[in-house]
Amino acid sequence: MIRHLLSAGDLDAATATLVLDTAQEMASLADREVKKLPTLRGRTVVNLFYEDSTRTRISFEAAAKRLSADVINFSAKGSSVSKGESLKDTALTLQAMGADAVVIRHSASGAPHRLANWIDGTVVNAGDGTHEHPTQALLDAYTMRSRLGRLSGLNVAIVGDVLHSRVARSNVLLLHTLGAKVTLVAPPTLLPVGVDAWPAETSYHLDSVLPDADVVMMLRVQRERMDQAYFPSAREYSRRYGLDGARMRRLPEHAIVMHPGPMNRGMEITPEVADSPRSTIVEQVANGVSVRMAVLYLLLGGKV
Amino acid sequence: MVDRIAHQILEKTSGAADTILLGVPTRGVPLAHRLAARIHAFEGVAVPVGALDVTLYRDDLRLRGARALGRTELPPGGVDGRRVILIDDVLFSGRTVRAALDALGDLGRPRSVQLAVLVDRGHRELPIRADYVGKNIPTALAEKVRVSLTETDGADEVRLLGGAA
Amino acid sequence: MTTYLIKGARILGGEPTDLLIRDGVVAEMGSGLSAAGARVVDADGLVALPGLVDLHTHLREPGREDAETVETGSRAAALGGYTAVCAMANTSPVADTAGVVEQVWRLGREAGLVDVQPIGAVTVGLNGEQLAELGAMADSAARVRIFSDDGFCVADPRLMRRALEYVKAFDGVIAQHAEEPRLTVGAQMHEGEVAARLGMTGWPAVAEESIIARDVLLAEHVGARLHVCHVSTAGSVGILRWAKERGIRVTAEVTPHHLLLTDERATSYDPVYKVNPPLRTAADVAALRAALVEGVVDIVATDHAPHAVEDKECEWAYARPGMLGLETALSIVIDTALDQLGWDGIAQRMSRTPARIAGLTEHGLDPAVGVPANFTLVDPAARWTVEPADLASRSRNTPYAETTLPARVVATFLRGEPTVLDGKATK
Repeated sequence: MIRHLLSAGDLDAATATLVLDTAQEMASLADREVKKLPTLRGRTVVNLFYEDSTRTRISFEAAAKRLSADVINFSAKGSSVSKGESLKDTALTLQAMGADAVVIRHSASGAPHRLANWIDGTVVNAGDGTHEHPTQALLDAYTMRSRLGRLSGLNVAIVGDVLHSRVARSNVLLLHTLGAKVTLVAPPTLLPVGVDAWPAETSYHLDSVLPDADVVMMLRVQRERMDQAYFPSAREYSRRYGLDGARMRRLPEHAIVMHPGPMNRGMEITPEVADSPRSTIVEQVANGVSVRMAVLYLLLGGKV
Repeated sequence: MVDRIAHQILEKTSGAADTILLGVPTRGVPLAHRLAARIHAFEGVAVPVGALDVTLYRDDLRLRGARALGRTELPPGGVDGRRVILIDDVLFSGRTVRAALDALGDLGRPRSVQLAVLVDRGHRELPIRADYVGKNIPTALAEKVRVSLTETDGADEVRLLGGAA
Repeated sequence: MTTYLIKGARILGGEPTDLLIRDGVVAEMGSGLSAAGARVVDADGLVALPGLVDLHTHLREPGREDAETVETGSRAAALGGYTAVCAMANTSPVADTAGVVEQVWRLGREAGLVDVQPIGAVTVGLNGEQLAELGAMADSAARVRIFSDDGFCVADPRLMRRALEYVKAFDGVIAQHAEEPRLTVGAQMHEGEVAARLGMTGWPAVAEESIIARDVLLAEHVGARLHVCHVSTAGSVGILRWAKERGIRVTAEVTPHHLLLTDERATSYDPVYKVNPPLRTAADVAALRAALVEGVVDIVATDHAPHAVEDKECEWAYARPGMLGLETALSIVIDTALDQLGWDGIAQRMSRTPARIAGLTEHGLDPAVGVPANFTLVDPAARWTVEPADLASRSRNTPYAETTLPARVVATFLRGEPTVLDGKATK
């Protein structure tokens, strides 16, 4: 097993499948009376969050606690971060406190890579800037596999602000590794220069992609992007790239609709779609805990 | 050996009423199914069979590292109030059984728990003993006992390996 | 003043010659020279080059003496074979007045390891809004001839035009940091495949090229000299070639790191590779090497940019851009271009031409009788491994840590006095 999880690209097909299979076993825990395992008793997991993300933090926290690890939440607010302590000094502090794993969320791309240089423990990337969010990709893959029964050969459309999306980057890498075919759909301004080197197709036209899609993953689009001239207006964006009921009905019958949250209802997705039976948005949240349990077990359990 | 264990179980449990067999992966699971089949053949009793993976309860994760999990599957009705017989291939240190007892405790409250193993090779490190033993094989600590089953390994066989090293 | 007898130096790689150095000049040259009382320097196998001249050095003093001082930077320069460096204006306070440039010039004289020629800011506080008192700096003791807002681009075209025009009065030159700021908001590294993969905001090549294109046209229009700092893209080379063919008075520099390193280095997220302009692609590196050989890019300048540890041991986005260069520049140029340039070509691009652009008449002269004794002796056969802790610079942000490089500076002479002997600084 690998030591850190910094990028979805760190996972080969066998390891990624092991994570998903393990997550499936972890999921059965949800039906049990005692929702706790002794596996990581005596281990310390630090949630080091430089960015507000309550949903990701509580997901990791629940995962670590169900495995009986001790959890320390270290958030940018009201901590030494606001006094300007450097990431390196924070790393040395956590090291001294005996952190076995640090789950880090940071607004700067690559911050988890830097952290991994400075501590002996395991580093899990919980989202770094506009780079990656590997556990999100794992829970998305898990959700697709449990809904559609496979990943290999699936047509997955990822729609929206690919340029700024860590979810898109991690999903492209992981889904490619697991044999799915990814199409990125966005206005040209929201696709990075150099995207042609990614193992994915690109399209500027959502309507032409929908009839063949097994999965449509809608990305959050921030309205402020409008001010930087990425698109003319929110209304034009949702007309061209938003998923509404009419577009949803053009999908194959078995196709599912995903969203990493938090949603901009009315912008990239309409309430009709978000609340439809095709939507996996609530499942994704539940699957997040199982997948993160699997990741923590395999990374921490694997440490000699 | 399986026949003998099946007979012992029937004898000791007065007909295996209210009893379930839980195999410990990997080889305990097919053994549990074989035992259930024998019991059915002898007495016409259908004993429910399940699987109990203990990986997440092991005390040697730090030493041996994480590995893939086996399946845990309880028969309908669960374990509450029933006689649970744990099935494994080899009884050695007793640590796997200890983990299984912990795992079982998190799944419910059985009326009683018993243990059946194909081979008891000695060298216990915990105060644990089997209720049903297919064969006692005295071994040296450095030796390995390898049980092969048709279902998992292609042939039925018990081998004693190494020792000199 | 001590007299020095250099035995067997190969000037520009030619036949071994002895040089007698007396009273700050080369007094005699020939074979079998002897001089009573002279200190003998064995230069067997060493190549003599005119002392190197760096048109682009950040010495950080005043303001960030924790990163570098005039003295430590001068020592690093001497060890790198330099006898003159041009100190960039982005200090704190900014070198935008006669007072600050004279202070830097005086500190250089006191250190006495290289001639420190201050560069003046083009605009007050580098703010890109109002011209600094360029004439006062030109008339000061520092005799400033190069003006630059380096670190920032003089982005306003009208202001750039006026600056180019104004410095004609004292044969000045504007050294432009070519970066259209509206195209590089939040930029972290070269915009391309690697940035897309790493999720970092891109610094597009066009942000440099569009400014160079505009500025060569402005220089042509007003008949002024333009110098382009740290050219980094193949597209910039094409524009410069076109401008030179048209007879526009433009010169350009390339840094050693842009001749060697690519944006793939950013994959480690180690900000030691963060620099402005950013490391680009292998195709850009190849185009820059060819342009240096061809002469479209005139010179190599280090853009030596020391930074304190805390400004580099952090997240990439928070790190300051820049890398050390003075002590490794000659080795990198030898590594990447000696085959095509020869020693004469290296002297041209690292000494004679930069001295001419900067108006430093005592520098950039090949060793010859009667010429100021500003030269360096290089062992072309030596190989050395860069140990950051051993560098003379006060900072440690070299991208070549633990890298083995060819050629080592054995001695450097400034006006007849050694600043480096046996590979060690003399003070």
